[in-house]
Amino acid sequence: MPFTSIESFAKERVVAVQEYSLLAGRAVANLFSPPIYWADIWEQMDSIGVGSLPIVILTGFFTGCVLALQSATALKEFGAVSKTGSLVSLSMVKELGPVLTGLMVSGRNASGMASELGSMKVTEQIDAMRALGTDPLRKLVAPRLIATVFMLFFLTIISDAVGIAGGALVSVTLVGLQWSSYLVDSYIGLVYGDVVAGMTKPLFSGFIIATVGCYFGLKTTGGTQGVGRATTQAVVVSSVFIIVVDFLVTRLMIGIFGS
Amino acid sequence: MIGKGARPIEQLEPGAPVVVFENVSIGFDGKPVLKNISFEVDRGQTMIILGPAGCGKSVLMKLANGLLSPDSGVITVFGQEITAMSEREMFKLREHIGMVFQESALFDSLSVEDNVAYRLHEEHMPEDEAHAKVVEALKFVELEAAIDKFPSELSGGMRRRVSIARAIITAPDLILYDSPTGGLDPITSTTIIELVIKQRDVTHTTSLLITHRIQDAFTLATHRFNKEAGHMEPIPDGGIDDSTRFLILNEGSIVFHGSTMDLVHSEDPWIKEYLS
Repeated sequence: MPFTSIESFAKERVVAVQEYSLLAGRAVANLFSPPIYWADIWEQMDSIGVGSLPIVILTGFFTGCVLALQSATALKEFGAVSKTGSLVSLSMVKELGPVLTGLMVSGRNASGMASELGSMKVTEQIDAMRALGTDPLRKLVAPRLIATVFMLFFLTIISDAVGIAGGALVSVTLVGLQWSSYLVDSYIGLVYGDVVAGMTKPLFSGFIIATVGCYFGLKTTGGTQGVGRATTQAVVVSSVFIIVVDFLVTRLMIGIFGS
Repeated sequence: MIGKGARPIEQLEPGAPVVVFENVSIGFDGKPVLKNISFEVDRGQTMIILGPAGCGKSVLMKLANGLLSPDSGVITVFGQEITAMSEREMFKLREHIGMVFQESALFDSLSVEDNVAYRLHEEHMPEDEAHAKVVEALKFVELEAAIDKFPSELSGGMRRRVSIARAIITAPDLILYDSPTGGLDPITSTTIIELVIKQRDVTHTTSLLITHRIQDAFTLATHRFNKEAGHMEPIPDGGIDDSTRFLILNEGSIVFHGSTMDLVHSEDPWIKEYLS
């Protein structure tokens, strides 16, 4: 890897932030003016939403199972094992559901977007699209953006639900709690602010996954090796962004709802 | 701005050039690629761009279509200064420009029919009408049998022909051919050049063509398309096509710009060596 001066490294980073901001801004603006490629939006919703269901369900379910098992063990020492339900539901809805779903979808779809768009870029298909009078941001980025934000929201709800169900299964079969006791405790443990906080995060994560994936895809240079590099960068950057933004949103929500 | 349905070439003053480059320069990573390039392409002309690999031919072609912006200089297409146009305005102008890319650049997830009909689908043309136009365009490039195939199922020459069909389907007023014969065997190259000559002589569309093969360039200059016989033939009595002009680049600068006869009689030692 060649060494670069601090100045040129800083310039590269500033230019990258500028280009990313322009891409994200234009992709959002394109959602509010015609033409809108509805067929591409449905296709992306199917690919991103339905296609991610298996990994989201599996991840959510087993996270709930592990959470219940760990919590019950710790709570038993304080004689509060009946609180397992609220601990699992709070953890899943506020934090683990949104973040893990975001990370899983990022791993699957940010990489997919970067490699697909990257391949199109290095084979001049993006230039061909522009030459044919089509805006690639409108045709390729905007549908992925709206589909990811919309579907990640519902995937997170599914993840939360199966996580709580997984926790219930473990609590009943291994810890010895009653179904009703677990579910009532889970329900009571959640307040309005928790649900709003948990449902706000996937909106940001979806935006990050789509824009970062598309950005690295459209910036790809250097043939197939470049496509591989763009794919890796997209997953790494979007995953880090998701966790950083998760912290910022959590802080914001605590400021708003106070807990 | 171009209104819907209006052809920009119709708004061009009689005798005005279709493409004008004025002192155009561009560089990448601090290295100049094109330096003070100035030339004009008149209506109906075929400008053949020659030059060694890496001299900036493809960059010049992308500049002509607004796919790249120059660092300095002015580019005018159909009388409109594209260097001052937004990307959105360029999309409207590009509806009247066809482009054949070096590696075809077909959309690999779409069939041949959908690739060729891409622009028609963007214009929401009824499916039956679009299909008829696709068949007509594929007949022009003699590839109608491949309509349901995907790009991965085609040979390099077939992909190039599909790319030409995609470029000409809306009867553009300017066609940009970026090395349409690059990487092809001599027989397939001749087939592609015949299609370019056919397009030139049937529709008299203004075009820019990059080629690495000097024999292709001279075939273009010395042949015409015989509509009755359905194939190209040498222009009788050793004639030369008047509409063919040459532009030769070397190290980012123009080293020759003129007619076929000017090129053949050039005394410039570098050009003589390049052509030999």
